[in-house]
Amino acid sequence: MKSDSSKNGRKILICEGTGCLSSKSDLIKDRFEEELKKADVEDVEVTFTGCHGFCAQGPIVSVLPEDTLYVKVNVEDVPTIVESHIVKNQPVEKLFYEDPTTHNKIERYHDILFYKKQQRLILSRCGQINPERIQEYIDTGGYVGLAKALKMSQEEVINLIKQSGLRGRGGAGFPTGLKWEFCYKAQGEEKYVVCNADEGDPGAFMDRSILEADPHSVLEGMAIGAYAIGSSKGFIYVRAEYPLAVKRFRKAIETARSKGYLGDNILGSGFSFDIQVKEGAGAFVCGEETALIASIEGKRGMPVSKPPFPAEHGLWGYPTNINNVKTWAFSSWILRNGYEEFRKIGTESSPGTAIFSLTGKIKNSGLIEVPMGTKLREIIYELGGGVLEDKEFKAVQTGGPSGGCLPKELLDLPVDFESFKEADSIMGSGGMVVVDEETCIVDLAKYFLQFTQSESCGKCVPCRVGTKELLDICTKITEGKATLEDLDMLEELAHTVVDGSLCNLGKTAPNPVISTLRYFKDEFLAHIEEKRCPAKVCKELISYEVVEDACIGCQRCKRECPVDAITGEKKGPHFIDASICIRCGLCYENCPTDAIIKVDKVGEVA
Amino acid sequence: MDSTTKQKQVNSDFKIDEKTKQKLDQIITSADKDKSNLIQILQETQDLLNFLPESVLAYISTQLDVTENWIYGVATFYSQFKFIKPGKHIIKVCMGTACHVRGSNTIKDKIETELDVKVGETTEDGLFSLEEVFCLGCCALAPVMVIDDEVFGSLTSAKLKRILTKFQKEEEEL
Repeated sequence: MKSDSSKNGRKILICEGTGCLSSKSDLIKDRFEEELKKADVEDVEVTFTGCHGFCAQGPIVSVLPEDTLYVKVNVEDVPTIVESHIVKNQPVEKLFYEDPTTHNKIERYHDILFYKKQQRLILSRCGQINPERIQEYIDTGGYVGLAKALKMSQEEVINLIKQSGLRGRGGAGFPTGLKWEFCYKAQGEEKYVVCNADEGDPGAFMDRSILEADPHSVLEGMAIGAYAIGSSKGFIYVRAEYPLAVKRFRKAIETARSKGYLGDNILGSGFSFDIQVKEGAGAFVCGEETALIASIEGKRGMPVSKPPFPAEHGLWGYPTNINNVKTWAFSSWILRNGYEEFRKIGTESSPGTAIFSLTGKIKNSGLIEVPMGTKLREIIYELGGGVLEDKEFKAVQTGGPSGGCLPKELLDLPVDFESFKEADSIMGSGGMVVVDEETCIVDLAKYFLQFTQSESCGKCVPCRVGTKELLDICTKITEGKATLEDLDMLEELAHTVVDGSLCNLGKTAPNPVISTLRYFKDEFLAHIEEKRCPAKVCKELISYEVVEDACIGCQRCKRECPVDAITGEKKGPHFIDASICIRCGLCYENCPTDAIIKVDKVGEVA
Repeated sequence: MDSTTKQKQVNSDFKIDEKTKQKLDQIITSADKDKSNLIQILQETQDLLNFLPESVLAYISTQLDVTENWIYGVATFYSQFKFIKPGKHIIKVCMGTACHVRGSNTIKDKIETELDVKVGETTEDGLFSLEEVFCLGCCALAPVMVIDDEVFGSLTSAKLKRILTKFQKEEEEL
């Protein structure tokens, strides 16, 4: 997709997603404008884009039409790019992306394995267009889907979505067309559509990226859905932690209104629809439909039991249809390209693509879109380039705090709703966190319980008390204080919380425990029976030691130590006093010669 | 009196001056004086004052015709809202999964020892408040923290120290 809006076609695109902006990519853009002026170059357009999904390589700059991708660009690199690439037509090799496996420098964007292996449908515009210019969206097929929908009947639109087999990308995978139909058939003077952009799963950022990079695709999808179910008012509920996404979406609403894609009598069809932005205020449970509704109404975001479902009794008691950011974006894609095209991709029961944010101990961290049914192994080793520093792969955690940990035996598992469920995990919103041998599985389970426990709204007992008890047991295990009876209790209680909780936060909160117990029971047992943490993470079960031969006596560790537990003279070997050491790991992290090692704690654990 | 009690004192002592009242009225009117826009009103109020003092919440309750109880019920549910005056700069350390597996705990510990402050507290000099957040959505840059609105990624303890020193120096120069 190479849109040429400038005259001679050369375009410099600077990524201004949250990731790249954090490395000051806005200054890079200013510098380009400055340098081009200095070099007296005209006909080159400098513009910004949203997130490319390759954030670890940021700041990212691409040059069209050559399709050159520059990674980790500094402001100081700008004069070189202008002089060499733009003026002399010699791309700057040192800024090319280096393949982590072959160590070859790769010039072209689409030759990079990370991108080549993807099939980008709803991410296709991300990083390619300026998200604040509606014309660039329109030039790349935007609003074609809405125009088509408005010429169809409401039932026809719903049927088209049903035929596409699209399933909700928020996590549960409920058929979208069916959901729309429920709301369409429900009686109500008023109906609402809502975009759930309360992306609360730690480790997931695809919704943020889409809103930042291609907000109109979501807006268009909402307008299509609103038309289909007969709604004139929509809300988008965005996390407060995503200020840039909010800004870009607000801008998109404004420009869409001015161009007649939103507001009264859209495209002369007689259909009217408008969207209001609601910012979340930091409560994970608001990702749950009924809690989200309460929050939009200005109340405490507490869920209520279903039924009645929001399709019948939603916002202020009126029929309401809530879909995730990606589901809305897919809806506009399907309307534009037809359901047949969509069904050609993916599997029979999970058609289309899946979007993951691939993070953790992985070489190519980033946002990926692959056909459903792709194997985990391909994602991790081909797109992801393998585990960081070529360490041993241990597990991949999917679905955030509601999901599970999949071990290496399951690397050939295809990604789709059913396969994940069978393996005691979920697709979820699409977080995919790779962990290696240095991650303790019990600690990871504990981590997620800390999260769900603190985010539990407290309304129902199984979730409020259950998650706390689960967390306490996991903490005991990581401290080497647990018994085998505790382990049995952990397992039993996990299932009680699943069965007894009111909403999906509680019902899925024990998943990290259930799945880790299924695949990594040995690691739990090592903590309990041997008082040993195999990954050497759990503080209570490890000690730090200095390997005398490797210590160069630089005194770095001594300076870093917050409790003065380290002694030793300059250029002489150093020692750590285990009775003072708080095992914060700062010495370990800072030692220039890796002379500090973690060992199993000797003696009785208190 | 410990520092938290002192800060609470400041909170209840907050007086609404004429200028603040005008701005509050603006916020409430632009939200149609509608209690279903309460969260938005609280957010804008906090943007204005950096926290939600008692007197201000009482004022909002009279304007929206809801009880103070109702307002506290809503406000305390959401982690975004603060009732104690925060420091000049707010540090949010990301505790998301990607950050967790890449050592965000060490980063948090380091901030705590460097600044002699615990999560949820403000430093003696009032320069920094430390908060934990679950995922800032910058997972590819893990471990991450945000100071005010600026994102700092791929943190190491050395890099962290440089960043904090930069803020401290800037303050000294003022």
